Amino acid sequence: MLWIAIRMLTGDAQKFYGLLFGIGFSTLLITQQMTIFVNLVERGASGVYNAPEAEVWVMDPVSRTTDVSYAMPATALDRVRSVKGVEWAVPHLRAVANVRTKDGDLEGVAVIGVDDATLIGLPERMKEGDKSVLFAPDSVVIDDTGTTRFFPPEQSPIGERLELNDQRAVIRGIADAIPSFTSTVVLYTRYSNALNFVPGTRNRLSFVLVGVSEGETPEAVAARIEAATGLQAQTREEFSQAGVNFIIENTGIPTNFGITVFLGFVVGIAIVGLTFSLFLRDNIKQFGALKAIGVTNAKIVQMVAAQAGLVGMIGYALGVIGTVAFIRGFGANPFFKGFYIPWQIPLISLAAVVVILAITGLIAIRSVLKTEPASVFR
Amino acid sequence: METTTSGNCAPEAAICARGIARDFEAGQTTIRVLHGIDTDIRPGELTYVVGESGSGKTTLISIMCGILYPTEGEVKVFGTDIYSLTDTELVNFRLKNIGFIFQQYNLIPSIDVASNAAVPLIAQGMPREQAREKAKVLLDKLNIGNQADKLPRQLSGGQQQRVAIARALVHEPRLVVCDEPTAALDASSGRRVMDLLREVAVAPDRACIIVTHDNRIFDLADRIIVLEDGRITHDGKEMPDGH
Ligand SMILES: Nc1ncnc2c1ncn2[C@@H]1O[C@H](COP(=O)(O)OP(=O)(O)OP(=O)(O)O)[C@@H](O)[C@H]1O
Ligand SMILES: [Mg+2]
Repeated sequence: MLWIAIRMLTGDAQKFYGLLFGIGFSTLLITQQMTIFVNLVERGASGVYNAPEAEVWVMDPVSRTTDVSYAMPATALDRVRSVKGVEWAVPHLRAVANVRTKDGDLEGVAVIGVDDATLIGLPERMKEGDKSVLFAPDSVVIDDTGTTRFFPPEQSPIGERLELNDQRAVIRGIADAIPSFTSTVVLYTRYSNALNFVPGTRNRLSFVLVGVSEGETPEAVAARIEAATGLQAQTREEFSQAGVNFIIENTGIPTNFGITVFLGFVVGIAIVGLTFSLFLRDNIKQFGALKAIGVTNAKIVQMVAAQAGLVGMIGYALGVIGTVAFIRGFGANPFFKGFYIPWQIPLISLAAVVVILAITGLIAIRSVLKTEPASVFR
Repeated sequence: METTTSGNCAPEAAICARGIARDFEAGQTTIRVLHGIDTDIRPGELTYVVGESGSGKTTLISIMCGILYPTEGEVKVFGTDIYSLTDTELVNFRLKNIGFIFQQYNLIPSIDVASNAAVPLIAQGMPREQAREKAKVLLDKLNIGNQADKLPRQLSGGQQQRVAIARALVHEPRLVVCDEPTAALDASSGRRVMDLLREVAVAPDRACIIVTHDNRIFDLADRIIVLEDGRITHDGKEMPDGH
């Protein structure tokens, strides 16, 4: 009987494709929007991810994220270094500056000062050039997003000069970095250089990056630093979460994406509900005949469930494949750099598909179950 | 006219109906469309139920074949009091014992003719291929064996009705009920369908009831029951005079 149910469904090509479209569209919308949402808010932690060596971030107690920080006095560095369990501690500066490009455009950039000696604070990988290029005078490394913002694709930025707050800077390398939430252009330079680039205020130590000694946990060391210095210390995980939370709390993004995901769900219910009801209504005579001949309501429910299951499986697969294709297709666009689909998201959209089909199936099947077998003689 | 006493069923009767009444709600009022029908349907006969539109023919056979509950009365089909069965038992009773032929055929458009004819066997749980083979034998007998792999819409109305006959008989039910089986057919295909139906559906151990007001086929009946306003007014081999 299930074979008959499936053939009834696939035999009605128009409604079958309508149902596949409804489920596929909902899946695509929900999966794709949630993927973009998650990847986007994770950008709030890009500053942390881009400095992979740091196990603990030390900062002023009022600082909140890599981009929302209040500088500490230079003495903080030594105070942190003297805490037990701190293997190394290096200065880290994050500031904004203005760049005048060759065409005369003015653009705001983030300047990141990394440790002069170890270059800790640079992203893990370089896209072009070696990290050591930073040892050259006036040298900066630009991140790959910045490259696409500042230069046409055919032009290599290596060797280009920039005017950075009236100081001369030469691009000598490109870092393979995760873009920030705002996709701001980032220029990495040595800490001592950075102090020249950004206008002098008294305190210019945004963070102290810390590596912990063997046998110590970042949590324990962070707690010890806080107790000993009165500064704020967060582990890598805590601080990246703080960056994500900051985006969630301070932008309309969760609401906006939430609305779209909800709409995807509603549209799915609407399309699938209508099409499914129409399909069953069109076949009500056949179902009535089956009931008269001797097919129980339980069997009818199974038949409809098989139809819903088939539509659900194919439609869901199409939607997920569509999302993957979308992310892949836009992979070259810097906005989507590093985008991935967390495994939880397809499960969530699968749950949504199941709910959509359960709701619409239950509504649609009522008419079939209510059909009197005697109606076939009318 | 045969006399039957209420509650007293002949053991050989295919259907024994006693005191059948049926009410329908029409807005505020209740309309009684059958008034205490008592009759027996015998196996080995082609029994017609005829009467004016609205006289209650469809209602009567629906009750006799277990798809419509009577308001009053009792129906025994081959000795089983069908309305004392549970819902599921009744459905399974129909699946095993009753074949249906509808005016609109009600074939499933997206499966081929053999599969349509095999539906009752498939519903009984027989593997599809085996059920189709059995159905093809019957389709051959109905002269549409060569259409077995076509879809219903590729067949003429008369051919589709023959598919429906095959579906009604494929599981060898003991009771076959047909409501206006020829109404959608032209005169000659209607007669051909009835000839075939007579040939395949009438057997010593099988009863066959046909509701019709198609006077072109009255001569094929073994017995004609006339209904008027929910009451039996004639029961015999021929139509009464004046019809
Ligand atoms: N489900 C129903 N609800 C309300 N009234 C009904 C219902 N089914 C039948 N009736 C009424 O019962 C009466 C008998 O109907 P029935 O269908 O049995 O007549 P019929 O003899 O088969 O007529 P026809 O030759 O037109 O098919 C009609 O007046 C009809 O309107
Ligand atoms: Mg009728």
